[in-house]
Amino acid sequence: MAALGVATGGGNWFSALALGVTLLKCLLIPTYHSTDFEVHRNWLAITHSLPISQWYYEATSEWTLDYPPFFAWFEYALSHVAKYFDQEMLNVRNLNYCSSRTLLFQRFSVIFTDTLFVYAVHECCKCIDGKKAGRELTEKPKFILSVLLLWNFGLLIVDHIHFQYNGFLSGLMLLSIARLFQKRHMEGAFLFAVLLHFKHIYLYVAPAYGVYLLRSYCFTANKPDGSIRWNSFSFLRLISLGLIVFLVSALSLGPFLALNQLPQVFSRLFPFKRGLCHAYWAPNFWALYSALDKVLSVIGLELKFLDPSKIPKASMTSGLVQQFQHTVLPSVTPLATLICTLIAILPSIFCLWFKPQGPRGFLRCLILCALSSFMFGWHVHEKAILLAVLPMSLLSVGKAGDASIFLILTTTGHYSLFPLLFTAPEKKNLFLIGWKLSTSLAWGLWKSSVNLYSLSPLGS
Amino acid sequence: MEKCYLMTAVVLLGLTVRWTVSLNSYSGAGKPPMFGDYEAQRHWQEITINLPIKQWYFNGSDNNLQYWGLDYPPLTAYHSLLCAYVAKFINPDWIALHTSRGYESQAHKLFMRATVLIADLLIYIPAVVLYCCCLKEISTKKKIANALCILLYPGLILIDYGHFQYNSVSLGFALWGVLGVSYDWDLLGSLAFCLAINYKQMELYHSLPFFCFLLGKCFKKGLKGKGFVLLIKLACTVVASFILCWLPFFTEREQTLQVLRRLFPVDRGLFEDKVANIWCTFSVFLKIRDILPHHIQLMISFCFTFLSLLPACIKLTLHPSPRGFRFTLVSCALSFFLFSFQVHEKSILLVSLPVCLVLREIPFMSTWFLLVSTFSMLPLLLKDELLMPSVVTVIAFFIACATSFSIFEKTSEEELQLKSFSISVRKYFPCFTFLPRIIQHLYVGLLLPWPLPRSTGSGSAGPAAMAHGPSRSAACGIFLDRGMNPCPLHQQADSQPLCHQGSPEGHSFDSETSNLFIFIFIIT
Repeated sequence: MAALGVATGGGNWFSALALGVTLLKCLLIPTYHSTDFEVHRNWLAITHSLPISQWYYEATSEWTLDYPPFFAWFEYALSHVAKYFDQEMLNVRNLNYCSSRTLLFQRFSVIFTDTLFVYAVHECCKCIDGKKAGRELTEKPKFILSVLLLWNFGLLIVDHIHFQYNGFLSGLMLLSIARLFQKRHMEGAFLFAVLLHFKHIYLYVAPAYGVYLLRSYCFTANKPDGSIRWNSFSFLRLISLGLIVFLVSALSLGPFLALNQLPQVFSRLFPFKRGLCHAYWAPNFWALYSALDKVLSVIGLELKFLDPSKIPKASMTSGLVQQFQHTVLPSVTPLATLICTLIAILPSIFCLWFKPQGPRGFLRCLILCALSSFMFGWHVHEKAILLAVLPMSLLSVGKAGDASIFLILTTTGHYSLFPLLFTAPEKKNLFLIGWKLSTSLAWGLWKSSVNLYSLSPLGS
Repeated sequence: MEKCYLMTAVVLLGLTVRWTVSLNSYSGAGKPPMFGDYEAQRHWQEITINLPIKQWYFNGSDNNLQYWGLDYPPLTAYHSLLCAYVAKFINPDWIALHTSRGYESQAHKLFMRATVLIADLLIYIPAVVLYCCCLKEISTKKKIANALCILLYPGLILIDYGHFQYNSVSLGFALWGVLGVSYDWDLLGSLAFCLAINYKQMELYHSLPFFCFLLGKCFKKGLKGKGFVLLIKLACTVVASFILCWLPFFTEREQTLQVLRRLFPVDRGLFEDKVANIWCTFSVFLKIRDILPHHIQLMISFCFTFLSLLPACIKLTLHPSPRGFRFTLVSCALSFFLFSFQVHEKSILLVSLPVCLVLREIPFMSTWFLLVSTFSMLPLLLKDELLMPSVVTVIAFFIACATSFSIFEKTSEEELQLKSFSISVRKYFPCFTFLPRIIQHLYVGLLLPWPLPRSTGSGSAGPAAMAHGPSRSAACGIFLDRGMNPCPLHQQADSQPLCHQGSPEGHSFDSETSNLFIFIFIIT
C-alpha cells in the first residue's frame, strides 16, 4: 500500500489515472455482459480442446470463430490460464456456461490485457508537444490526452460491460500510430500488420497506412514545394515493408494455407451473408437509407402506389441478422458499399499522397478512413465508432477546431453505444452517469485547451 | 467555471462508484427467514403505508415487532412512508401487507437502490460539496481534492450501497448542521441537526459537541444580552423541530414511551456481535457481560463515556471555534463508540464523518483512521459478499488521498499535531524508552553492522522518525540513512529532549527511539 501511495503521491498523475480506471473496471465486474461473453468462452473452449485443423470448422455453438488466427492463438494462450480458474468453461459442449470463476477470469483477462493499452497511451503522450502548456495539471495536453484515452467511456462500456477485447487491440493501433509519429516506421508497420491479423476490422484504416508509408517512407525526400520527388524512391524500404507484412501474414495464415483451409477461414472472416445492417444498427448511412426506404414504403402503401402482397415481411429494424431487400429504393450489395466507401476515402487519400503533412496528416487520413468505412461499410457494428474516436483524441489536444469536432463525435458516438446495454434500467443509469461524466470532462478539458490555444497562433 | 466542471466531474465519479457498488449483493440476500437490513427497510415501507401511525411502534397482529420492528425515530418512518407511496405506484406487490415478506426481485432491488441514491444526492452530496467549497485559505484544486476524498470514503459507500442502509440521510443532515453552526447560521444548523437526530438516534453521539459549541457561542456573546437571545432562539428551534417530528406520537403518553423503548433498548446488553470498541476487546480477556450485572454495566459504560468526552467538551464551551468544534466532534463520537452501550460496528461511520472533515488538517492520520474504520467493518461486508468492492474502494480511496494530500510527506510531529502529545509522553512516561531501545537493538543487531549511535553534536534530537521522503517507511528511512550518517534522525531540531538532558549521548538516542516507538505503535 505504501508503494502505491508513493507512486501516486510523488506527483505521478499517469499512474494515478491508470490505477484509478483499473479500479473502476474491477467495480464493473458484476455488470451485465452480452452474448460476446459466451462467444469468447466458446473460443477459449475451441482453441483449447480442438486441434488447429478444427478451429475454423467447429460449429457446435452458433458463435463460430470469426477473427483472424492471431486472435485464436491469443485465446489459446488465455485458455492455459483459464484451466486454473474453472476447467468446465473449456468444454466445447458447455454452451452458455457462466460460473462466477469464469466471469472473474474473463473480466480479469480484459483488465489485464488493457496493460498494453496503458503502455500505448503512455507512448502517445510522448508524441504530444507539451511545451506551450500552462502550469495547471488539468491544462497540460498530456494530462488531457491521458484522461480522454484511459477513461474513454466507449471503451469501458464495450470492453468491461458488454465484454470484448478492444482495449489491447486499440492499444496496438495507438502504439503503431505513436511509432509512426516517432519516425519508427518499420515498427509501426509491423504493429499494424500484427493488429490486422488480430482483428480484421482494422482493414478500415489500412489504406491510410498503405498510402502514408508508401508516400512518406518509401519516398525519402520531397521537393521544396512538398510534392513528390520520384527519384528519391527507396526500393529497399519498400521491400522491407513488404517483407514485414508478408512474414506476419505467413505466420498467421501459414498453418491454414498448409491445411488448405484458406477459403473457409476467409468465409468466416468476411460473412457477407450477414446482411447490410447489424442487429442493433450502427448509426451509419445505410441505417438512414433503410429508414427512408421504410418511410417511403409506408407512404407508398397509404397512397396505394405499392401492392401490399409484394412487400417482404421481414423488417430491417427488427434486430435480425440476415440479408434483406429494400422495398422502394434499390437494394444495396456489398460491392455498392465498397464503392461508396472508396469514393468517401478518396479525397483524404489524395491529400495524403499529394500534400503529406507528416504524421498528423496521416492521423487525419486514418480517422477519415475509419469514419468513411463506418458510414458506408457493409455490416458495420456500432462498436466500430471507437476506431475513429480513439485516434481523434490524439488530434483533439492539438487544435481547438479538432477539439470541437471531437466533442461532437465522442458524445454522439458514445450515445450510440447505449443500445448495447439493453437490460435493466440500472445499467442505463450507469451509462447516463458515465456519459455525463465523460461529456462534462470533455467539455471542461476542451474549454481549458481552447483557452490555452487561443493564446498561441493556430497552426496545423 | 473550471471549478464547477471539476466539481461536477468529482460528484459524478462519486455517483458512478456508488452505483457500481450497488450492483452487488445486499444484506440478507436470499437468506430466509429473517433476511437482513434490506428486508427491514422494505418491511418498514410495508408497515408505514398499510397501518395507521398509532400502530407503527406497537406489537400487534399486523405488526410483529420481532420481525424487524421499527427502531429508529419518526423521521425514518416518514421517509419509509414516502418511499412506500412511490413503490405502491410502481408495483403494489412490493409493499403488500404480510404477503410481501421476503420479496426479492431485480426490479425491486433497482427501486431500493435508487431510493438510497436519491436520498444521497439530495442530502449528503450537496452538503459535502458546499462544505468543501466554503473551506477557507486553500486553493480550488485542494477543495476539489478534498471533496473527492470525502465522496470516495469507502465505509459509507459500502454500508449504504452494499449492505443497504440510509446513513447518508442522517450524516447529511448532521453535516448541514456542522456547516450551519460553523458559519454562524446557528438556527438553521441546529434545525438540520435536530432532523439528523430524529432520523437516527445514534446522531446523539454528535449532540454534545453541538450543544457545547452553541452554548460557548452564547457565553461569548454575553449571557445578559445577545447570547441569551440566541440561547432562547436555539431552544425554541430545537423544541419546535422535535414537536414537529414527534407530533403524532405526543398525543398519548404511552405512544411516546413505546417509541423511546424501541429507540433505546437498554436490555440488549453491553454489545452484540463483533464491534471494535473497548468492551468487546476487553471481553477477550475478561467476560464482563457475564460477570457484572446489567445495571452495573450500564453505569460503567456511562461513566467511562462521560469522563472521556468531558475535557474536549469543556474546552469547546470555554473557547468555541469551528476548528475546535470539528475536533471535538471526532473526540466525542470516538468516546461514545469506544465506551458506550450497545454500539454497532456501523456506528464507526459516526466517527468517520467528523474525521473526513479534518482530512485536510491532518491528512496522514485521518486517511489511516478512515482506512482502519472500513477494515473494522470487514466481517459485516464479507457476510454480504462485498469483498471485491471493499478492496477496490479502499485502494481507490487510498490513491485519492495519497495523490491529493501528499500524506507521506507531511509526517513530522508538528504536521501530525502530535507535538504536545509526544512531549508529554517523553516527559511523564520515560519508561516508554525501554521498549524502543529493545526494538532499536533488535533492528541494529539484525540488520546492520553499525555501532549504537552516539550524539553527533547537532544539539537536540530530531523527532523525525516519520519524516520526509515518500519512498521510505520510517523504519527503512532510518536505516537507509544510517549508512551515511550515524545519527540519521537529527533532521528536525524541534522537540525538547527529555529528562536525559544532561547526557549528550543519551538524549538523542531516547528521542529517536521513542519516536520510533510512537510511530510503530501507530502503525500497528
